[in-house]
Amino acid sequence: MKEQENITTILKITDLKKSFGANHVLNGFTMNLYEAENLVLMGKSGSGKSVMIKCVVGLMQADAGTIEIMGKDITTLSQKEFNNLRTQIGFLFQGSALYDSMTVKENLEFPLRKFPEYANKSKQLVLDALESVGLKSAINLMPEELSGGMKRRIALARAIILRPKIIIYDEPTTGLDPITAKEIIQLMIGIQQKFKTSSLIITHDMDCARVISNRMILLIDGINYIEGTYKELAASKDKKVQEFFK
Amino acid sequence: MAISLKIVQKTKDFLLEIGELAYFAQRFFKEVFTKPFEFKELLLQSYKMGNQSLLLVGITGFILGLVFTLQSRPTLMEFGAASWMPSMVSISIVRELGPVIIALICAGKLSSGIGAELGSMRVTEQIDAMEVSGTNPFKYLVVTRILAVTLTLPLLVIFGDAIALFGSALIENLKGDVSFQLYFNKVFNALKFSDIIPATIKTLFFGFAIGLVGCFKGYYCKKGTVGVGEASNTAVVYASMLLFILDFIAVFISDIFFEI
Repeated sequence: MKEQENITTILKITDLKKSFGANHVLNGFTMNLYEAENLVLMGKSGSGKSVMIKCVVGLMQADAGTIEIMGKDITTLSQKEFNNLRTQIGFLFQGSALYDSMTVKENLEFPLRKFPEYANKSKQLVLDALESVGLKSAINLMPEELSGGMKRRIALARAIILRPKIIIYDEPTTGLDPITAKEIIQLMIGIQQKFKTSSLIITHDMDCARVISNRMILLIDGINYIEGTYKELAASKDKKVQEFFK
Repeated sequence: MAISLKIVQKTKDFLLEIGELAYFAQRFFKEVFTKPFEFKELLLQSYKMGNQSLLLVGITGFILGLVFTLQSRPTLMEFGAASWMPSMVSISIVRELGPVIIALICAGKLSSGIGAELGSMRVTEQIDAMEVSGTNPFKYLVVTRILAVTLTLPLLVIFGDAIALFGSALIENLKGDVSFQLYFNKVFNALKFSDIIPATIKTLFFGFAIGLVGCFKGYYCKKGTVGVGEASNTAVVYASMLLFILDFIAVFISDIFFEI
């Protein structure tokens, strides 16, 4: 971890490039995520936000550039080392991605199965995680019995069960009604305060960005076009930036 | 011209897919012997696949034995060879009809089931979620399923063969006044190890092919519900085709070693 003026960088992305044939999605994207901050990443559909986070968690390989997670360059790690590092990252998928064939309890226990040291504590960890999202009563339900908002909460509980240092949210409020979306946002804030996690949030939801962000980045043309607080960006005179705040 | 270009492209795609399937099989063999071994998931999948196919295999086997005997009976009687019925039926069923028909039924049920299940897991990012959590989804989902079908299919075929022979015995008992004891005595006298062993070994390969194709199609499913349907559909087509090719190879090899 690199410390600079008492701020610790948890995730450092430098000059990331990724193309699909002639389509250059990321053209040297650079960003830092600091400890215990909520960083919102915005961009148009197809601008490369999802590609960027998939590169961070190893679901996709970047063509060029470096990604350092807690000081470790992931391109230099063995698969085993990277898998261990992955346990420090919680990921909330846009569609929740709960395992259909497992109960809520089994879904939450799944990330723990790699760790024999959690074998005796798994039930307590599951209950704690469910309590954090206010859904203790859903422990024995199947995903098909849950509403969209409940699924998102359970997915959030699964993302935090290993107490990760970083949580990546991929469009956490998409597809939810405004009330449930607000509840999810409050949960995200609560979790960030409780566990002091660093959050990288990808969203199109301006309300979500306004409420939750400490800092924002706009990804335009495959690069970090501008970054700053919500107020700073909202006050920007740049035409491309203005489009987001209309 | 356009048609020939299309044929060339289709052939290219097909060969490319065969190559990818071979690479997928190679990855299976690489991962099957490395830790962690997902025994719990393997047992669960074996139980699910075996248990859920039992009724279907039983009904298919019963009808197979019944129909085969009913159809063969008049011809054999015409030549005064009705007493050969148990030998003929048992050898045909154990050597060829049982393994191939039951494997085809299982290809329809298991390969499409696996293709659809893994396909929908891919589309809904469940496989990605597994990978992000540090679990190897190939080992957890693919290796266990291929092994489960490989180990379960021979048992299902043995079960199906037994039910088929029972169906045949039933017809002989009703139409020809042959007792069950006499029928099965003749069956066991007719069957040799060289009938049973190669047939059982080839079902292991059939099972492997069914699991491999189902997992391959599902694991690399294209996005969207159309992709899931396509994965499930092509899994059955490819698996069935592969079964006949494997059967041909198995019969050819059996002929060399066991002199059928």
